[in-house]
Order: sequence, then C-alpha cells, then structure tokens
Amino acid sequence: MTLEGTVWKFGDNIDTDVIIPAPYLVSTDSAELGKHCMEGVDPSFSEKVSAGDIIVAGKNFGCGSSREHAPMAIKGAGISCVVAESFARIFFRNAFNMGLAIFEAPGVSDGISAGDRISINQDTGEIIDHTNGKTFSANTIPPFMQGLIEAGGLMAYVLKKRRG
Amino acid sequence: MPKTITEKILAAHTGRESVVPGELVSVRIDMALANDITAPIAIELFEKAQIPAVFDSERIALVPDHFVPNKDIRSATQVALMRRFAKKYGIKYFFELGEMGIEHVLLPEQGLVLPGDVVIGADSHTCTYGALGAFSTGVGSTDIAAAMITGEVWFRVPESIKFTYHGQLQEWVTGKDLILWTIGDIGVDGATYKAMEFQGPAIETLPMSDRMTMANMAIEAGAKSGIIAPDQVTLDYVSSRATRPFETYLSDPDANYDQEKTYDVSQIEPQVAFPHLPENTRPVSEAGIIPIDQAVIGSCTNGRIEDLRMAARVLKGHTIDKTVRLIVIPATPSIYRQAMNEGLFEVFLDARGIVSPPTCGPCLGGFMGVLGPGERAVSTTNRNFVGRMGHPTSEVYLANPAVAAASAVLGRIGGPEEL
Ligand code: SF4
Repeated sequence: MTLEGTVWKFGDNIDTDVIIPAPYLVSTDSAELGKHCMEGVDPSFSEKVSAGDIIVAGKNFGCGSSREHAPMAIKGAGISCVVAESFARIFFRNAFNMGLAIFEAPGVSDGISAGDRISINQDTGEIIDHTNGKTFSANTIPPFMQGLIEAGGLMAYVLKKRRG
Repeated sequence: MPKTITEKILAAHTGRESVVPGELVSVRIDMALANDITAPIAIELFEKAQIPAVFDSERIALVPDHFVPNKDIRSATQVALMRRFAKKYGIKYFFELGEMGIEHVLLPEQGLVLPGDVVIGADSHTCTYGALGAFSTGVGSTDIAAAMITGEVWFRVPESIKFTYHGQLQEWVTGKDLILWTIGDIGVDGATYKAMEFQGPAIETLPMSDRMTMANMAIEAGAKSGIIAPDQVTLDYVSSRATRPFETYLSDPDANYDQEKTYDVSQIEPQVAFPHLPENTRPVSEAGIIPIDQAVIGSCTNGRIEDLRMAARVLKGHTIDKTVRLIVIPATPSIYRQAMNEGLFEVFLDARGIVSPPTCGPCLGGFMGVLGPGERAVSTTNRNFVGRMGHPTSEVYLANPAVAAASAVLGRIGGPEEL
C-alpha cells in the first residue's frame, strides 16, 4: 500500500509534551486530542492540517512520556503517517501497538521540505519526494512487528493468539 | 557465555537459558502499573476485549497520582473509572487518596517491586525500579491492557551501556547531579533502546534514594531501562518491605557492553539543566544570573524524605526571596508524615513555602503550581521541555533539592554555599 500526502516539517527531539500538552490528558478521545495536536510548537497546527498529510521530523521524535495520547492525537488530527530520522523508544512501540504508521528513514530531515508532496510504499519502504524528485529508503521492520501491524495492533494480535 | 544483569533477568522471565541483545522475546511480568492518565485507555481496551478476569489481581498496581486530589471534573471521572475497574476485577493494589503517592516512589516503598523483577508501567519513569536491581521500563496503555490479559509483554532485548563512577562526591552533589551530568555527556538520545548500567565505587556509596533518582532519569537519555546491581544497601531497603520472595542477579565481570563510559565524580559540581532539554546541563557556578518565580521540590525524581531533609537543611534560618513561590511536595503519605514528625514542615513554612499533599501536580503542568507566560521555575523534577510545567513560554531549570532551595532564597539560580 502507498501513502501519499503533503508534508509538515518539525525538528529534532519533538517531545510528547509538545505533541499533546498534559492539560488535555483528561480525554481519551482521539478526535478531541487531535484538536490540540502539536499545540506546544504550532498552536494552529490542527486547523491547518488536512486529512492524509504527513509529518516529517528529525531525530528522537516522540521523546518523553509514555502517553499513548501522543500517537492518538496525531491520528486524530488526520495525519496518515510520521517519517523521522529516528524515534524515541516508547513512542515507536506505542505507534506499532495502536496502528499509527511510522517510518525511520535517514536523510529525510534535510532532504524533504515543508509543503512537499511525498509518497511512501509501505511494502518496500521507498519514499519519493515528488516535489524535488529525491528518494529515500525507510529501515525495515522486524517480522514480529510486521505481524502486529497485519493483525491490526497488539490487542487484536493477543486476542487472536488467545483464541488459538 | 557471560551476561549482563539485564540479560539474566530477561532470560529468567522467558524460561530460557539465555537471551541475546536484539532478540524479540515475550517476557513474564512481576508487576504492571498504570496511572490516572494511562489506566483509562488500558481499561477501555481491556473491557472491550470482554475478558472475564485479569491474569493476576495481585500483580497490577493502579495509582491515581497525576491529577489527584482530582483537579477537575474530567480527572475525577478518570479516577472513578479506575476505582470501578479495581473493584470489579478485585485489583489488590489500587491506591485511594490517603494511601496514594507518586507511583515510582510508592511502589518500592510498599515492597511491590523487588530485585530481579520484570516490571512494566504505562509511565515512562517506570525505569526507576532499576535502582533495586530490577528490569523495569515504560510502555504504553495498550501494552498494559494486553499484559493484564496475558501476564506477558514483548521486548527487544536491549544492549547495555556500562557507566562507571569513581571518586569522592563533593558536598551538595547528589545522584541527581550524576545523572544530569551523564545526560549532558551522552545527550537525550544517547542511550535510545539501551539499558544503562550504573556501577563503580561512587555508586556503591549512594543511598537508595539517590540510586532511584539516577535510574528514574535513564529515560531522559532515551534508555529502555537503568539498572544498578543489588548490594547490601538494596537488601537493607527491601528486606523489611518485600511482599513476596525475590532473586538477585549480577552482571558477569566479562559481560558484553555496547559502550563503556567512566567518570570521576570528584570533578562534578551540582548541575542545572537549562531549558528546554535535560541535556542542556551546566555547573551551577556557571548558571549566570537567572531570576526565578517558583521553586518546586518534589516528584518521582526528588520527592523522597532524603530530598526534603536536604532542602530543609539549606532553608533553615532563611526566608525565600519576595519574588519567589516555594512548593514542597512529599511524594507519599508516609514521607509526608515523616517530614512532619521531623519538623521539616516548620522549616518550609518559616521560609514562606507551602507543603502540598502527595501528587505529580506541577511536574507535568497539571495543577498545584502551573507556570504562567514567561515565568521561570527551578525544579527537582526530570523534564524541562517546552510547556512542561505550564505556558509554552515558561521555562524550567532542573536541579537537585539543595540548589532548588538555595535558589528560592536567592531569588535566582544558585548553590547553597552562596547563602
Ligand atoms: S512526578 Fe512527574 S515525572 Fe514523575 S510520574 Fe509524576 S508526572 Fe511523571
């Protein structure tokens, strides 16, 4: 499957406190959380973003707390996937567990600009920037984690295994 | 094959002879933890799966600490959900107000996390229990929901980095300063996906409270876990508290490490992490003139009795600067009582500070001391990200309790020897 969308750019070390500030953690509703997505760095982000848009960021995206509200807010804002130089560990794990597509790809931070149109082939990991013609390749995903995605997230995986 | 303590604990919990870094393994857990922010999502997922019972009602801890005492109607609703769930499934360790404290201080204090354990928590600072010689790490709510069903969790076995600390600590230098120094050295992603193993003569002399402060902030270097080998200090701490039997593990002397770092602690002075990352550290003597509006002494990093004693030692006989608000938060009810009995409240109140009931509160900008636009705080907490303690233009400077107390008196960031 291929994801295609317009790019929103962020820097290094984008932490969970700016992705979804703590005062909004009194909700578990993804659409509501999405209204405050990225508020810590760009207060009007959720108004500007369109469904299917893509976040491209630098290294250590999602560092900080374990709140699943962070990937939930990103999904809730309509973002289809996040591409970054690297991800913080718990965010990486949470994204897989709850089915937000993320791709670790060296060079994207310098090579892709805000507003570019990019596409990502989920099977091959090939990323194409249709605005400047550059290509990048995402790191491969271990088979177990591929299995999590195919099952539809960790809960679906666990319940399927339990039923045998 | 020689192994690290982390590899031994994980192997023991998979029922295998050994595991190697990079392997993905399914691991049996000794305790699963969630709080009033993360439990509601886990509970919703668990109930949607329509499973009749949790895997073990004595191996789940639910601690409403972030926005409790309930700061508003919505947080009250989240805690009510936890309370109802705990009752319905007979969860033994749900902590009601009055018993509730900050989770990572409360669980070790209550003997619920022990050496050799595998502990997961839907809170990033779950890595704190590494101070006891346990493997513990933060995960998401979905992991907790799944673990409440299966009693297991999946992990990639981490490589370990060995940090060795030599030398004699200077006065007012604490575990907080050693970990801030270390994060300043390796950066906020310097240990991503790895286990940080802290050892050496300087670590062996540290009391349990300082060890917990160090393991607590392993996540601020991106680590999966922080760990310190159990010794007599550990056994003295756990033996009177343990709620079940436990086993201790040690790294083999020739175990494999991804990286090794050695520090001479006698060269380290109290550290301050400047906004907006814990890696922006400087010695307090090089802080310059930074006026502050608020000082916070508390949190899972530095809300223990030893921290409050240190702050009181600095504050005794002083009043804080007129421009500053001082908020002291004992992390658990028993620490609160102990501080009161030792006369520490007297010192804080005489200094014109306030004492809050146990809560995370201002640490994450929740309540009980949120920062307004442009305000600056010196805080004994663990994160100074943009907006962490309030308005996006506010600033947080991380430090140890002595520096936070001294800064409150000075009205600007400074060390206790300036008083
Ligand atoms: S005190 Fe702060 S860092 Fe610790 S658990 Fe509470 S909110 Fe998290």
